[in-house]
Order: sequence, then C-alpha cells, then structure tokens
Amino acid sequence: MSDVQRTEILATTAHEKKAKPSLARSARWGETIAETIVKIVALGSIASVLLILIFVGKEALPLFTSAEVHKEVTPSALFAGTASGYTWQPVSEVPKYNVWPLFAGSLKVTLIALLIAVPLSVAAAIFVGEYAPKRAREIIKPAIELLAGVPSVVIGFFALVVLASWVQRAFGTEHRLNALVAGIGLSFAICPVVFTVSEDALRAVPGSYRTAAIALGSTPSQALLRVILPAATPGIAAAIVLGFGRAVGETMIVVLASGNAALLDADLGHSTRTITATIAQELGEVVVGSPHYRVLFALGAMLFICTFGVNYLGERAVHGMRKKLRGSK
Amino acid sequence: MTAQAPANAGGAPQKLHRRQRSQTSDRALFTLTALACVTILAMLVVVVGDVVVGGSKTLSWEFISAAPRDGMTKGGIFPAIFGTVALTLLMTIAAVPAGVATAVYLTEYASSSSRVARWIRVCIANLAGVPSIVFGLFGLGFFIATIGHGIDVAAFGGRPVYGQPCLLWASLTLAILTLPVVVVSTEEALRAVPRELRDASLALGATKFQTVMRVVLPEAIGGVLTGSILAVSRGAGEVAPILFTGAAYFLPYLPTKLNDQFMNLGYHVYVLATQSPDVDRTKPLLYGTVFVLLSLTFLLNVVAVLIRARTRRRARAAL
Repeated sequence: MSDVQRTEILATTAHEKKAKPSLARSARWGETIAETIVKIVALGSIASVLLILIFVGKEALPLFTSAEVHKEVTPSALFAGTASGYTWQPVSEVPKYNVWPLFAGSLKVTLIALLIAVPLSVAAAIFVGEYAPKRAREIIKPAIELLAGVPSVVIGFFALVVLASWVQRAFGTEHRLNALVAGIGLSFAICPVVFTVSEDALRAVPGSYRTAAIALGSTPSQALLRVILPAATPGIAAAIVLGFGRAVGETMIVVLASGNAALLDADLGHSTRTITATIAQELGEVVVGSPHYRVLFALGAMLFICTFGVNYLGERAVHGMRKKLRGSK
Repeated sequence: MTAQAPANAGGAPQKLHRRQRSQTSDRALFTLTALACVTILAMLVVVVGDVVVGGSKTLSWEFISAAPRDGMTKGGIFPAIFGTVALTLLMTIAAVPAGVATAVYLTEYASSSSRVARWIRVCIANLAGVPSIVFGLFGLGFFIATIGHGIDVAAFGGRPVYGQPCLLWASLTLAILTLPVVVVSTEEALRAVPRELRDASLALGATKFQTVMRVVLPEAIGGVLTGSILAVSRGAGEVAPILFTGAAYFLPYLPTKLNDQFMNLGYHVYVLATQSPDVDRTKPLLYGTVFVLLSLTFLLNVVAVLIRARTRRRARAAL
C-alpha cells in the first residue's frame, strides 16, 4: 500500500517537473486554464454514466413510491404470477405487467446468439492469431471490423426478409419470425465483438510461452490448446461476457426479427419478445408519467444495471489477465 | 485435445506415431478454425450481397433526390438522407472535441496511476457497453423532459419549444453514445506518438498545452480522424437512441432549426418494415433505403480502416 502511494507521489512530482519549463506567468495561467478545461471535459464521461443512471432511474422511481402507480402495478407484481399466469399485456382492460416473458425472450435470443457466435469467433481468433498468413490476416481483420460496422437495423432487415425464410424452410418453424431467427441475426452483430476481444487476449500471451512449450517437446496444437489458450482464458471469458452484454442490449435486430409476441415458453420456433424490443415498441405510444411509462423505464434501468455489471466484470477479467501475464514475464 | 502421449516416449515407432497423431490434430485445428473464419466472413458477404442485389434495382437519381409520395410506396428518400446527415454532423460537432479532449487528458495530463483517470477509463468502457435503447430513454428523460422542458419554462413560458423530441436532443444523445469510439481511437493514436517528440518540444521551451496542440495532436491526426469517422458511421446507423428523441416517420419539410424533428434512414427502414400494411409494395423501397444506409456507413468505415492502416504503418516505421 505504501509502495503504491510512494510511486504515486513520485509520478506526480515527476509530472509537475515536466510541466515547469513555461517561464512566463501569463503562459502559466493559460496552461492552468487549458488543463482545467481538458480535465472537466474528461470528467464529462463519468458525469454521463451517472446522469444516465440518475435520469433513467428517476423516471422509474414512482413505480416504487407513487400510490397512484401502485393502483395499476407494484414492483412485486412485475415478478409475481397472477391467476392468469405470467403475462405481459400492458395495453388491455386489466393491464398485466409480468416481466418473465420478456426476460425469457431476451435470454432465449441471447443464448442462441452466444451459442453461435462464441465458438465461431474464438476459433476465428485462433486462426488469425496462429495460422493465418500475414496477408490473409490483413484481409480478415478489417473485414470483421466491417461486419461490426453494419448498422443493426440493416442486419435486422436482412433477418426479417431473408434469414426468416431460410430458417423456416430449414427447420419448419411454426412462426416465420421467432427466437431462432432473431438469435442467428443477433450472432452476426456479436461475432465481431467476441472476435476482437478474444484476438486481443490471444495476442497478449507472450511469445515466450509458445517457445517454451515447443522447446519442451509439445506440438504446435498442444502448445496452443494446453498453454496459450489456458493463459488467454480470462480474456476469452471477458469476450463472452462482453458479447452477452451486447446481445442483451441489442434492440433493432430483435425488434425486426423476433416476432414480438410476449410468450413464455421454451420453443425456439415461437415468436418472442425481448426487454429491449418492448421498450422500443411501447414507449412511443404510452402516456408520459403513466404506470406503463414507469415500468418501461424500470426495464431500461434494469438493462443498464445488468450491462454495466457485465461490462465491469469483463473489463476486470481483461485487466487481471494483462497484469498476470505481465507479472509472470 | 485428448492426444495425451505416453510419458516414456522413447522408442522409434512410438515417436512416429505421436508425430503422425500430432500432425492430424494440427491439421484438424487448422481446418476447423479456418472454417469458423470463413463462416464469419460469409455473414458479411451474405448480408452485403443481398442488400446490394436487392437495392441496386431500386436505386435511381429520383430515389435519392426526391421526397416520398403515395403513402411511402413511391418517390425517394431524400429527406431521410438529409436528416441523417444533419443528425450525424451535429453529433460530430459535439462528440469529437469532447472525445479528443478526454483522450488528451488521459494520455497527456493524467499520471499513469491517477485514480480519476482510471475511473474515466472505466466509465468510457462502460459507456461503450450501455445498450443503445437505454440512451434513448436517457435522451427522453434527461434532454427532453429535464433540460428542454427547463428551457421552455424559463424562456418560452412553458410552451413546448425545446421540451420535445428534436434534432438537437437526438444528436446530443448520439454524441454521448459515440464518445467512446472517439476516445479509444484518439488515445491509441496519442500513445503511438514517440515520447522524444514531446521532450524535444518541451526542451525548446514550448508549454505543455502548446506541445499537445502543435506537436502531439498533429502527429496523431490519423487516429483522431479514424475515431471521428467511425463515430459518424456508428451514429449514422443507430436507430434505437433516436426512436423517442426526434426521429419522425414522415415530414413534409426538411429540418432547418435545432428544434425540428427529422427523418432518418435507419428509422425509415424500421417503420417501413414493421408498420407498413403492404410489405410487398414497400419492399423495393426498403431495399433501396437499406442500400443507401449501408453504402454510407461502409464508405465511412472503409475510409477509417484505410487511414488507420496507414497511420499504424507509419508509426511502426518510425519506431
């Protein structure tokens, strides 16, 4: 602890020494002002995250406090089943706000997307890191970046028009738009994320690991599977976690391709409705301040907290891995 | 994976066996991973191919220069193109300076062990992961319901002028969403600037800020550009954040003021695809719109990738 403090002090004094050469007093004032402005703007990113949390939370808060809202929906009613089962029917004579069908929808679509995207992307990252000749790598990586650059509404449109027909022909699904179509479409958007982070993780493993493994008599594939991959595991785990966060939060693909019926079942061929799609489709039509409005903001706040937690875990895993690899070098 | 060789691999036949087996597993790994790579590339090719084939039939001068007619089944999408460009331009004006300043703070001013800098990094990383629909909720709850409404109460006697969905709030919402793209790209470029350049500049008597403005940033301009272009491309394609903050399905006029609503390519695709009663009649229009949107974002992406490749090569050559 004291070591850390000492290096911090050393670092700051070194930093101040560096900034000293300006002799003119007016210049020093200018410097201070410039540095302050830059710092304030930089702090804006922290402010943004806090503001998002505060203002999305603020709109959702009456769900917990307002008696007016409680006449129609209470926080516990979001999760408890009623006589009619678990249903999401906010626009009916007796509005029903059970969120389980939406959670199930998000989970179904996300899991399908991850099941497709994770093996493909990790394998592709291994190929790029281990086998691909340099020229191939210089085509593959930008191409995958391009895939990341395809707007999600375009992928959603493709899933709606083309992919849905393919899936129906291949699996004979009951509904044309369903969880499977949305999941496959979603995997298009997730692959670049998982690929990029896994590739970084593999590249972060020092070359000496492989050299040592080969020197000890292992074959290239053994070095890869037993030394390099295990060393990169936290990074790959982070890739999966970040992919999960992206998949849960993705809106336009699922809104276009999932069919949007809030059914609570495990059939992948059935139409489904996710949390994000619910917000996207319903917020435009609700009365501001109504119980329905509050519930939608509460769903948004849950999404935010969920992805924030997931991302934090992912970042920490990457960071921890980097530190460990650097330390053991 | 389970090819565990016996521990006492001394004899010649056993050795050969082991090598053969390892060659097969090497080859199998190569094939499998190559296949995975091809599959991901195929995703790109299939989507782009379909959009290009479907869209090129619709594309004409009228389509990109005229307004929609006959209940969105005929005419062009010029207002949507105009709205998208206006939106992303405003977004860029807000996001790029803020992103560059953040990156400058992180690399040039903050010490490597600074706790504030670490928190900023954490927030930037998390901002990049916040679902885009949450940005939409935020824009509605913060910009429109709080700031905009506050302005109305203070300056317009409560008449809704800024307290409603419009171009300004949509572009600011998008600016926060794309901020991390600019920061990450700029930071990478700033880090690639050799330390000697800074030292030389400081040794010649330049102040820190002068060094940043006249030596470091010009040297890192490639990264700044890459980040800005990627941000524009991302912003041009996002729909979820503008759903409730300003996009409109159809407007008879082009947006001219900051508090006007606007049409948008991605939003146009979304509404046309989900709410049109006659899908077969709007399909050519849809394909055309998707084609224009994809060309726009792709063009930007390709430019960004090229600039980055060039600056990286130059950075490597300099080392």
